[in-house]
Amino acid sequence: MNACPERIVHYMHEYLDGEISREHELELKSHLQSCVDCQAHMHELSDVVAFVKGAAHVEAPTNFSQTVMARLPKEKSHAGVSRWLRRHPILTAAALFFLFMSSALFSNFNEEQQFSFTKQENVVVEGETVIIPEGQVVKGNLVVQNGDVRIDGELDGNLTVINGSKYMASTAVITGKTEEINEVFDWLWFHIKEGAKEVVSFFDKEETK
Amino acid sequence: MDALINKRIKQVLKGDKDAFAEIVDLYQHRLFQVCFRMLGNRHEAEDIAQEAFVRAFINIHTFDQKRKFSTWLYRIATNLCIDRIRKKKPDYYLDAEVKGTEGLDMYSQIAAADELPEEEIMKLELQDRIQYEISRLPDKYRSAIVLKYMEELSLQEISEILELPLGTVKTRIHRGREALRKQLSRQPNFL
Repeated sequence: MNACPERIVHYMHEYLDGEISREHELELKSHLQSCVDCQAHMHELSDVVAFVKGAAHVEAPTNFSQTVMARLPKEKSHAGVSRWLRRHPILTAAALFFLFMSSALFSNFNEEQQFSFTKQENVVVEGETVIIPEGQVVKGNLVVQNGDVRIDGELDGNLTVINGSKYMASTAVITGKTEEINEVFDWLWFHIKEGAKEVVSFFDKEETK
Repeated sequence: MDALINKRIKQVLKGDKDAFAEIVDLYQHRLFQVCFRMLGNRHEAEDIAQEAFVRAFINIHTFDQKRKFSTWLYRIATNLCIDRIRKKKPDYYLDAEVKGTEGLDMYSQIAAADELPEEEIMKLELQDRIQYEISRLPDKYRSAIVLKYMEELSLQEISEILELPLGTVKTRIHRGREALRKQLSRQPNFL
């Protein structure tokens, strides 16, 4: 058997795998006809295959699947959330976007807590109250933020009070619109309107040119 | 079959745990059989096969539904079996010489412990004999032989389950057949 080429045993395995080429099969067959040792080897290998294939099918115990189901981990309350996040990546991204946007909005709103107002002539400031004294006329818009406004005189323009209140004397005159803003959404709405007004006025200017 | 499985997987992914019971029912015998042939012990095989299903459930979101589910499941199970076999093996070098013996290394010790005397072997029922011979194969060859001849899987599928190149799988099956041939040729009238 030592004299036999090594490839013969290799061909035997190719044959058993069902992957032998035509030429290899012919060479194997002609060799087996002339070599008793290799014939025995081939027989033994075929017997091995038959032996192993003789193994009976084994079945799982009867309560197998119930035991598996009982062994499954109990779902934690956040598992549903994390699964939802995994299954909806775009919505998750959108939700994160809104979260960051709104937190930026709130922090902006809270940052603007200092008292401020539009600088106008003839205006008197007492503490955090802007006063237009009696007999005085203020020309232009007045915006007061985080403070109060008292009008004894005349305002020739719009008045906007953010996070504050306005007191008007009987002598007070406001020729424009008056607005009081105290809530986040009012504040937001105000910004949107301002933005829109600017856009409109921009177009108006374009047209008048 | 694959369409049904993918439907059940989608239900499991949506949180329907009961859909997984149907998956277990479909694959339990095949998975238990692999584990039993690998480990040679019904009790251990049951434990490992169940563990394989639990792992599959936990990691089901990592399964690529374009691939074959059974391949993925078999991979989990064979990996668990191989881990279990390696843990059972003693932690010393097999070729280290045993103290107080001359020229005897651990190979001869283990062979002596594993191998039944010939008259005992002759008394074994055929099915026990098959399991006995399979269990004597090195685990590398054992997994390939079990998947090929007991689960009747294609070489391509075995290569995907074991994550080995096709050529390596073929070599292992060839060597496994040769090893079995040598084991059996010592008792010529085994059939």
